[in-house]
Amino acid sequence: MTDINKDTSACKMTIAGNIYEAGNAREFKTGDWRSVKPVYIPEKCIQCGLCFPVCPEDAIPVGKDQKRTDFNYDYCKGCGVCAKVCPFGAITMKVEGE
Amino acid sequence: MSIRERLSGNEAAATAMKQINPDVVAAFPITPSTEIPQYFSTFVDNGQVDTEFVAVESEHSAMSACIGAEAAGSRAMTATSANGLSLMWEMIYIASSLRLPIVMSLVNRAVSGPLNIHNDHSDAMGVRDSGWIQLFSETNQEAYDNLIMAHRIAENKDVLLPLMVCQDGFITSHSIENIELIEDEKVKEFVGKYKPEHYLLNKKEPIAIGPLDVQAYLFEHKYQQAEAMRRAKQVILDVAKDFEKMTGRKYGLFEEYRLDDAEIAIVCMNSTAGTTKDVVDALREKGIKAGLLKIRVFRPFPAEEVAKALSHLKAVAVLDKADSLNGVGGALFEDVVSGMYLNKNTVPTVSYVYGIGGRDTTSKEIESVFNDLMEDRKKEKIENPYRYIGLRKE
Repeated sequence: MTDINKDTSACKMTIAGNIYEAGNAREFKTGDWRSVKPVYIPEKCIQCGLCFPVCPEDAIPVGKDQKRTDFNYDYCKGCGVCAKVCPFGAITMKVEGE
Repeated sequence: MSIRERLSGNEAAATAMKQINPDVVAAFPITPSTEIPQYFSTFVDNGQVDTEFVAVESEHSAMSACIGAEAAGSRAMTATSANGLSLMWEMIYIASSLRLPIVMSLVNRAVSGPLNIHNDHSDAMGVRDSGWIQLFSETNQEAYDNLIMAHRIAENKDVLLPLMVCQDGFITSHSIENIELIEDEKVKEFVGKYKPEHYLLNKKEPIAIGPLDVQAYLFEHKYQQAEAMRRAKQVILDVAKDFEKMTGRKYGLFEEYRLDDAEIAIVCMNSTAGTTKDVVDALREKGIKAGLLKIRVFRPFPAEEVAKALSHLKAVAVLDKADSLNGVGGALFEDVVSGMYLNKNTVPTVSYVYGIGGRDTTSKEIESVFNDLMEDRKKEKIENPYRYIGLRKE
């Protein structure tokens, strides 16, 4: 896709902001919206599998071995649902930038 | 050979739409434009057009359906008036900002309230900043001709803006006049096939239209619209030239009637120009150098050209058939005087609000405006430049 960013001039932008390519939602890094951030504590995690199904952004990567790894902060919006469902305190929420 | 007919303004608009044969027409009935979709649905039922007619449940839906159809890659048209246009308001801006060249027949009527179904221009004036091209028509012939030219202007790659053709509710929409129609085949050839570069139903190019446009982008997209509106002026003239070749009927950004040697003049739009021409002729017989400038293209506003055309006058009256309620004067008046100022062609100019809610404007009243101008031209400073015609004030 044509690379259009906040420095692109009007004459180089597509008309009406049209996007002439499909499947580009992943280029929109919605992780920017986050104000609180989940922190993964692997020592407390027993890989019970409760957190990743509830993530609305699919931002908890799970490997072929069915084990989760650290968050994908490109898309995690910091909603905190994962921290809420974790019975083992393996996810804590931290204010961004602190 | 053209076809000589006698049609009402609404019949003329519906006939133009029949000859254009658009892919989609979505419309909802509202006085005084009701007859346009009514006649058109008859053409659909009789198989005289291939159009998909969408009988929507509101004008908001009518414009939404036109937007969907146009974005999908088809040619869409609609017709409405006054409060119908008000209900479209949200989608009017979506249509223009998504750069969809929808064509609308707007039969001008007062926007309520209190409830009034008669002619003034408050509906068109309400959307003058919405990014639609606005053409005004003095006669049924002009309403027809403007519609035949509409798609060529709107769909031009340098433009891609929606366009509305205005005519006066009842005064022309319901009056039967002689008209010269163009043969179906010639219209078909003139309007041409709609070939959008990008459209939603193109399987080879999946696209997204109308995405989220945050702080870093909307400003530039508005500028693109403004540029398209500026470019539209030349396209309108180019299309008019081709139209003249086909029909012999000449159109510009505005019409100058006995203006070149005039000393005083009226600027107005739509059917009142007809009355004014009559008065101008009568005054000329008495040796009074009166003239008329009739605006055809209101958006984009031909500020420089208007200022130049009026520069030799001693006094000008701008007639607005809608009160802007801004404490200063009508919308057309403001555009004319700011055009004069920017082009350093200032002429003493006054604003007249007239004909609100379908109030008749007679030739006697137009004559009284010219009489006022005869007095104003002698004065150093014009008193009370915000005036009314035919109002019971006290």
